[in-house]
Amino acid sequence: MTDLLSVQGLTKAYPGVVANDDVSFSIAPGEIHALLGENGAGKSTLVKMIYGLVKPDSGKMELFGKPFAPPEPRSARAAGVAMVFQHFSLFEALTVAENVGLGMENPPPLGQLSREIREVSHAYGLPLDPRRLVGELSAGERQRVEIVRCLLQDPKLLIMDEPTSVLTPQEVEILFATLNTLKAEGTSILYISHKLEEIRALCDGATILRRGKVVASCDPRENSAAELAELMVGEALQVPDRAPGETGKVVLAVAGLTSEHVDTFGTKLQNIGFEVRAGEVLGIGGVAGNGQDELLSALSGETIGSPETVRFRGKPVGHLPPNARRRLGMLSAPEERLGHAAAPDMSLVENAILSGWQRKKLTQGGGFLRWGAARSFAEEIIAAFDVRTPGPHVAARALSGGNLQKFVIGREMLQRPDLLIVNQPTWGVDASAAAAIRQALLDLASAGAAVVVISQDLDELMEVSDRFAALNAGHLSAPKAARGLSMEQIGLMLGGAHDMDVANTDEAHHIIETYEEGHP
Amino acid sequence: MNLDAINWILLLASLMVASTPILLAAIGELVVERAGVLNLGVEGMMITGAICGFAISIETQSAALGFIAAAIAGAAISMLFGLLTQYLLSNQVATGLALTLFGLGLSALLGQGYIGIKGVEVARLHVPLLSDIPVIGPILFRHDLMVYISIAIIAGVWAVLKFTRAGLILRAVGENHDAAHALGYKVVRIRLMAIAFGGACAGLGGAYLSLVRVPQWTEGMTAGAGWIALALVVFASWKPWRVLIGAYLFGGLTVLQLNLQAAGLKVPVEYLSMLPYLITILVLVIMSSGRGRAALNAPAELGRSFHASS
Repeated sequence: MTDLLSVQGLTKAYPGVVANDDVSFSIAPGEIHALLGENGAGKSTLVKMIYGLVKPDSGKMELFGKPFAPPEPRSARAAGVAMVFQHFSLFEALTVAENVGLGMENPPPLGQLSREIREVSHAYGLPLDPRRLVGELSAGERQRVEIVRCLLQDPKLLIMDEPTSVLTPQEVEILFATLNTLKAEGTSILYISHKLEEIRALCDGATILRRGKVVASCDPRENSAAELAELMVGEALQVPDRAPGETGKVVLAVAGLTSEHVDTFGTKLQNIGFEVRAGEVLGIGGVAGNGQDELLSALSGETIGSPETVRFRGKPVGHLPPNARRRLGMLSAPEERLGHAAAPDMSLVENAILSGWQRKKLTQGGGFLRWGAARSFAEEIIAAFDVRTPGPHVAARALSGGNLQKFVIGREMLQRPDLLIVNQPTWGVDASAAAAIRQALLDLASAGAAVVVISQDLDELMEVSDRFAALNAGHLSAPKAARGLSMEQIGLMLGGAHDMDVANTDEAHHIIETYEEGHP
Repeated sequence: MNLDAINWILLLASLMVASTPILLAAIGELVVERAGVLNLGVEGMMITGAICGFAISIETQSAALGFIAAAIAGAAISMLFGLLTQYLLSNQVATGLALTLFGLGLSALLGQGYIGIKGVEVARLHVPLLSDIPVIGPILFRHDLMVYISIAIIAGVWAVLKFTRAGLILRAVGENHDAAHALGYKVVRIRLMAIAFGGACAGLGGAYLSLVRVPQWTEGMTAGAGWIALALVVFASWKPWRVLIGAYLFGGLTVLQLNLQAAGLKVPVEYLSMLPYLITILVLVIMSSGRGRAALNAPAELGRSFHASS
């Protein structure tokens, strides 16, 4: 049997980095093939070459045994290659049907297209209303738009770039069912991920990339997740651990937190309440866009409300702006590193001052900067958190995502917070750096601080949290002890499968009932 | 003040003529902004169109050739903006302002030999039968061809944006250029075409001033019409037919202001000149209260530079 797609010796170099170095692999018809690797291993560059967005420097590709070198996505699509993007390539202000039409070569008239969208989406268990604006859809529904857009073009090869990072466990199951249906129909799937369990459950073959090179090809079902992880990272991973400690007094008490104003397409927080004690890590899970940003901003002081909604050590602080909260010992690190947690074009020293000037006393007298002290603070962060940088004078923008994240988290931690709130602390960070950051969070809690970790990575939350709560459409579930929670239970806390077709089955009624019990 | 001195039919008839320059410039800018580009150089492109149209019409004694030349000149000078912002990724606001200043200077230079010359006659249509209807006839059906062409352009832009694939792609580029790029659309090329269209429309609008409305050449004769056109696009919340309504409203205010002055109104003229902007601010406040950006309908990528990073 000839391969559907074979890639031989593909190389692509960018200034200063070889993204792909002599990469070869092949996919058989009807195969689900995993492309496994860390962030920056070159997975995205590789699929962009297959999809015609990037031209390889050397090497060749064959599709059905014929040479294949798409100069642009249009020709790749014409040849039967479709792609679902990691960061959705959708237009929020356009309708579902218009979005689908934009991704097609010769879309039929809008009315007929809408009918086809309904038919195809129901046939694959991914119901969609073609008239709705994409901006109003949940992350899972948006992904369905992308998938349906691909399916309407009857692809031979479907590329999926990290499709499950925004889905609840229930939605992941539905997606996998869809992918298996496609596979049974003979469509090949190139599945990109760094989630090992998923790949072991779904894929027939795997190619593992590390620093742009293929380091192994294997059948993921015959290897354990630990083996795959070692191949991917290149070293055995340390699982963070912590000395069990006593929890102390309530440090943070939130009650009746409801947002008054939100951006267009933002999420309103609805009557959120929880407590965190000293020495405790509270994990807050949830699919992106369910109120994480709004919650962080309410806790950090970027949005202020009535004093009683947020209490810090019993003191009402809901009306205080960020600097006043920092002075008290409430620190936070938002999700977006460049532009929110750090000023991209300012040096690390300057970024250290911006957040640490009060608690580290980096200013004196009438507001003059103490550059010496600031520099040593920045150097302290760099040393303590193994930030790879030529020195503290470089611009924040010049650091890689993982290194900047270590710097941003380290900057807050070294200010000895009594409460630290982080959003997506290891987003886009490679596995070893992520492990280091999680360990640091645990150490901070062991030292007696209260920690709130907001994240979409459930594995991460299970690793660090003492208690777990889920954000769903601006509501926070009641926190439960993290130990012993099953993925099933977590999925239900996250809202189960957002408005999916299974909503009409018995199972779904069960889901809804269970879910409502959590919200008396 | 003597309101009886105002001839209301004449006032309404001149309303369409007074509105046409900003109508043309605004519909062009609307297309540019729907593609995600903010070109603040409308004033500069208008005045360039005004002098080029005037000069060519004098040299050829043909108003039609004048208008064509004005459109070409407007598009050409807009390409300067396109080159700077789309390829060299310069700041769109700064570049647009520079384009305005450049256009004002360039037109003054080109116009040296044309000051005080009387323009060519632009024929007025007399639509048979319709123009003889009392009241409505003189108001609606006794204008030159450009008035009707400008309305046709509005209808065309509306239809293209709403019903065609080209319009959908244009809106998509203005909504999310990264996604459009990922789907394989040529973001820069599409934006350049939109900018050129905007330039051509602004040029036509300028030429309408120098060929029909005034009709002669004076330095700086656009006198802020380009800025009104920019305000008009926001006022219209990026919808073509609202541009028409807004232009007639703003044009109506201008005409009314002139008539009121003639009638001896004791209000300083500056207050009346402020009115279009005040109304725009008012509309913005009303529209953005509560319902956010979606209600405003602003293209999400407005004013942001695009660079293909992959």
